Amino acid sequence: MSSPATTPPSAGTPGDLTAAYYDLNEHAHPDGYSTGLGFWLYLMSDCLIFAMLFATFGVLGGNYAGGEGPKDLFNLKLVAVNTSMLLFSSITYGFAMISMQGRNKGATLGWLFITLLFGLAFLSIEMFEFHELIAEGNGPQRSAFLSSFFTLVGTHGLHVTFGSIWLVTLMVQVGRFGLTAANQRRLQCLSLFWHFLDVVWIGVFTFVYLMGTLR
Amino acid sequence: MNPAGDIAKQQAHLVVVATLLMLIIVVPVMVLIAVFAFKYRAGANARYEPEWHHSTQLELVIWSAPLLIIIALGSLTWVTTHLLDPFRPLDRIKEGQPVKAGTKPLEIEVVALDWKWLFIYPEQGVASINEVALPVDRPVHFSITASSVMNSFYIPAVAGQIYAMPGMTTQLNAVVNKAGSYNGFSANYSGAGFSHMHFTALGLAGGDFDKWVANAKSASDKLDAETYLKVEQPSGVEATDPVRHFANVQGGLFDRIVNLCVTPGKMCVNQMMALDAKGGVGKAGTFNMAQLTYDKDGRPKVTPIVPGKQAELDKAFVRALCDPAAKVAGPVLPAGQQSSTPEKAHAKQELSLLAPARSTHS
Amino acid sequence: MLIEPSTHSHWTPLLGRLGLDALPTEPIVMITFVGVALGGIALVAALTYFKLWGYLWKEWFTSVDHKKIGVMYMVLGLVMFLRGFADALMIRSQQALAFNGSDGYLNSHHFDQVFTAHGVIMIFFVAMPFVTGLMNYVVPLQIGARDVSFPFLNNFSFWMTVGGAVLVMASLFIGEFARTGWLAYPPLSELAYSPDVGVDYYIWSLQVAGVGTTLSGVNLIATILKLRAPGMKLMRMPVFTWTALVTNILIVAVFPVLTVVLALLGLDRTIHTNFFTNDFGGSPMLYVNLIWIWGHPEVYILILPIFGVFSEITATFCGKRLFGYTSMVYATAVIGILSYLVWLHHFFTMGSGASVNSFFGITTMVISIPTGAKLFNWLFTMYRGRIRYDLPMMWTVAFMLTFTIGGMTGVMMAVPAADFVLHNSVFLIAHFHNVIIGGVVFGVFAAINYWWPKAFGFKLNVFWGKVQFWCWVVGFWLAFTPLYMLGLMGVTRRMRVFDASYDPLRVYYIVAMLGALLIAAGIGAMLLQFAISIWKREEYKDESGDPWHGRTLEWATSSPPPEYNFAFTPVIHDLDAWADMKKAGVPRPVSGFKDIHMPRSTWAGIVLAGMATLTGFALIWQVWWLAIVGLVSIIGTAIFHTFNYDRSYHIHAEHIAEVEAARTAQLAAVANKGAAA
Repeated sequence: MSSPATTPPSAGTPGDLTAAYYDLNEHAHPDGYSTGLGFWLYLMSDCLIFAMLFATFGVLGGNYAGGEGPKDLFNLKLVAVNTSMLLFSSITYGFAMISMQGRNKGATLGWLFITLLFGLAFLSIEMFEFHELIAEGNGPQRSAFLSSFFTLVGTHGLHVTFGSIWLVTLMVQVGRFGLTAANQRRLQCLSLFWHFLDVVWIGVFTFVYLMGTLR
Repeated sequence: MNPAGDIAKQQAHLVVVATLLMLIIVVPVMVLIAVFAFKYRAGANARYEPEWHHSTQLELVIWSAPLLIIIALGSLTWVTTHLLDPFRPLDRIKEGQPVKAGTKPLEIEVVALDWKWLFIYPEQGVASINEVALPVDRPVHFSITASSVMNSFYIPAVAGQIYAMPGMTTQLNAVVNKAGSYNGFSANYSGAGFSHMHFTALGLAGGDFDKWVANAKSASDKLDAETYLKVEQPSGVEATDPVRHFANVQGGLFDRIVNLCVTPGKMCVNQMMALDAKGGVGKAGTFNMAQLTYDKDGRPKVTPIVPGKQAELDKAFVRALCDPAAKVAGPVLPAGQQSSTPEKAHAKQELSLLAPARSTHS
Repeated sequence: MLIEPSTHSHWTPLLGRLGLDALPTEPIVMITFVGVALGGIALVAALTYFKLWGYLWKEWFTSVDHKKIGVMYMVLGLVMFLRGFADALMIRSQQALAFNGSDGYLNSHHFDQVFTAHGVIMIFFVAMPFVTGLMNYVVPLQIGARDVSFPFLNNFSFWMTVGGAVLVMASLFIGEFARTGWLAYPPLSELAYSPDVGVDYYIWSLQVAGVGTTLSGVNLIATILKLRAPGMKLMRMPVFTWTALVTNILIVAVFPVLTVVLALLGLDRTIHTNFFTNDFGGSPMLYVNLIWIWGHPEVYILILPIFGVFSEITATFCGKRLFGYTSMVYATAVIGILSYLVWLHHFFTMGSGASVNSFFGITTMVISIPTGAKLFNWLFTMYRGRIRYDLPMMWTVAFMLTFTIGGMTGVMMAVPAADFVLHNSVFLIAHFHNVIIGGVVFGVFAAINYWWPKAFGFKLNVFWGKVQFWCWVVGFWLAFTPLYMLGLMGVTRRMRVFDASYDPLRVYYIVAMLGALLIAAGIGAMLLQFAISIWKREEYKDESGDPWHGRTLEWATSSPPPEYNFAFTPVIHDLDAWADMKKAGVPRPVSGFKDIHMPRSTWAGIVLAGMATLTGFALIWQVWWLAIVGLVSIIGTAIFHTFNYDRSYHIHAEHIAEVEAARTAQLAAVANKGAAA
């Protein structure tokens, strides 16, 4: 972890003993020393939330309650477009991070903005999809299948919403304070978050949409 | 732990054996705690070895002694869990008296209601509330469900408990060996009247069981869907509901209770599940909420059966589609539960044309 | 899309379901309400009169110091413990009274809330704060850290836990609490059978507190993994820190499950989804499975740190290294993993089939192997030790004897065929109180007596501590032995009244009631112990910082420790670092101090948690506008808070030199006194 020897010291002067048992030239942990690990841990707990929602969908996903099933309800083409929105946003976020590494504030902000647009496009399409379903009487109240569908997909959508709010906040902060160490750390956390949502969405697309309609 | 039935007796025996097995290790440990606690107290000047902190042999004992006990207990668990599985038909009446080949157990259907118990004897065609009669030394097979919330069906003297859950059936095989009157109750908290949800289990020897049936047959009440829906309403909050007998039970009532479709016009859960297994019914199924609603928006109320609505009901294509026999059974949709708006009704009619095509999904 | 609740006639846009009828009408509740209101007013008046608000706000409420947050957790646990115990007394007295046709003094509306609240409060707002408080206080000191990894988050987590507790308490006076049992099984907890706000209080108080618990779990894992002193390898961590690590991993791994399951139940109740309904394809059994996937590991979340506490205490008071450190660590980890594989043993009676039941029964029994190993390790730590029977050690021996019985009765119920008889009986009640009181509660008392001198610089009164000890130990057995016996006779739990067939059993309930009263005396003795000790704090003063001849790093610093914990971070060469340093005779560094980087206090934690609590309240009563306002303010405030980049400051070397010089003088005085004696 740090410089001092960790083997038990042999006898010496009391001063030597003190030096062996106390870190006399200590350097404070840098700011954000634990942030990466902490954020990972948080993401894992969030991952478990999705895991539980997937499990719930797995259990209840076949209970259409005498109503419509995925084959009748899902518009796979629309969802495919939507998926591409989110995937593109992950790529553009990656470009933002590359620009950040190159200390290019303008490019970073530009890529972040494009990411935001993709994110908003994703959300809009999802809301359109939800609206269509609800308008036809297939809201979350209709069946256990639809309850678990709306909750799983909606929770993901809620995460993207919060991610977008966070993204805007960070754009303002980068704009005002520049690519400081703190802001870089924050961008990195959001990057993890954003890609995490992408991964979750791939799960949603596969298990909910593809397996639902193609099975 | 005062068993009057073979299953309860075996379970009590099992509790004792398991306890004894564990005492093999628990007693020495507790003695050692006391001995060490006393012997090595500060004032005693017993042998003191502050740096002694490891012994491979001791560690081996520490881990393997409990392991051995658990292996023994685990095997016992595996065997008894299978032998005493409540779903498993009995193979003995009591120790040394196997069930004769070809013996058919007495069928009793049990419904946990708010807050009383309904027992239906499908073969005898009688039913009772808060009293169940069990012939001595004859295997009994209980099929158990509930109307609203989870309960647990438990007659301690006869056999261990099993949950009673709405929309599904659990089973219990048991036998009573001694004539007598035993306490039965719900062992899973189920709301305001839970403390009063008691019933009497009568162990009846000789011809007493037949007399009990004959007595029930002479009761004035009959149990049909309409009576059931009244009986189902909450009662027993202040005191245990009195025992009641029914002389006659409408056929298939228990199935409809299990499938949440006693109320006229409701789609049965098994029908719904059959549709779901086919992949749903397509757009046709969107607006059949009323037929499906059991209790999600509130406790089911008594709904009067409206005469003359039979034809209306038959248009409920979903029911017709999944169970043509339902027409014969003839539950009637009450007026208040007709599909609400003209738009919806229209959509329903239009979409119903699609239904047959959709139903071929597999 | 706003949904008007269909089951409530009087929903208004302004107040949601709130109305005058939400205020208490039952005499007992009204008297309590008046009492609490008067007490509250008196407290506020006193704080104002003595001008303590500023002090509390500055030094405590907004503090990010893990030690102060740890102490606040303990205070919260203690306050809620009194409430939870009042519920316990009500249950015991109702059950002792309601025989021979008597209806007792509680109707079902009230009694059913009481036993639900008792369980919820004792687990979530007593045991959890106690355990979290201990970990918060002790872990950073034991690993030689200056604070936790995320000090602001720590403050926020604490206040979220308080927020949950506030909601539970509010339910006593505004509306009602759940009448479902502490796990709120559907369909009983669904809208149809619990249409009032009780279950919503349950859901939202646990959601608010759950956020705090999860984040505090993240925080402590990061702290333990990242901030250990140099040389402290994982296998040199004190056992308490090890158990804390496993516990917090469990927290992060299972609290999301609780969050999800409660959210789904909440959706069922507010927007009429069909997760756990009887109709529309819902599955109440899914709820039961999910909640126990959280619920069983939760038991270990409570007990593992307590195992750590007892390990520290046993080693310290036996004057000996802990026997079998390595197997202790592995046993902890194994228990942590196995705790995920046993959840179904809470409902063998659901009819999952013999093979499934056997599997879960056997995995449950397997847990008793590492647990047994731990017990043996404590036992052999005592072996050839020199045991000093101070209060913490007395609690430890009582724990070992009591917990062994609790473990045994637990394994009895792990045999499915036996569980068909014992499930949901008062035998079960006796069993889990046996492990929770005999384990967690005894452990917390041991820990309080053990670490109190560290936190406040003086020891606790021994006489009243012993009175408390004997009242509790005897009271516990008096209260729960009758329940074990009743359970074997087939008496079920949560009974409010007993009909004539139960008359011969009344004597058991009366004995149990006496036991509860003895425990009440024990609690009184404890409060007296605290009061007397604070009163005579000069007399009981401990200036050495190491009153018990401790072995781990928290005893290496002064009592109470300075805000920075250690002027110089210790370097670890062996297990039991402080014992090692004492043996080597390491002189304390007295010069060459450097500035220390510390986190700043912040208002954000308490303000955000306050908003979350208000939002929870709005959601309970379906005051949608307020919920939206609350949510928006939370987001807005959080964003505003992120614009504050200046979150730390330096304690200057001169100031540290002063503090440490005073400490040096204090230690010299202690040494002189020792030489004179």
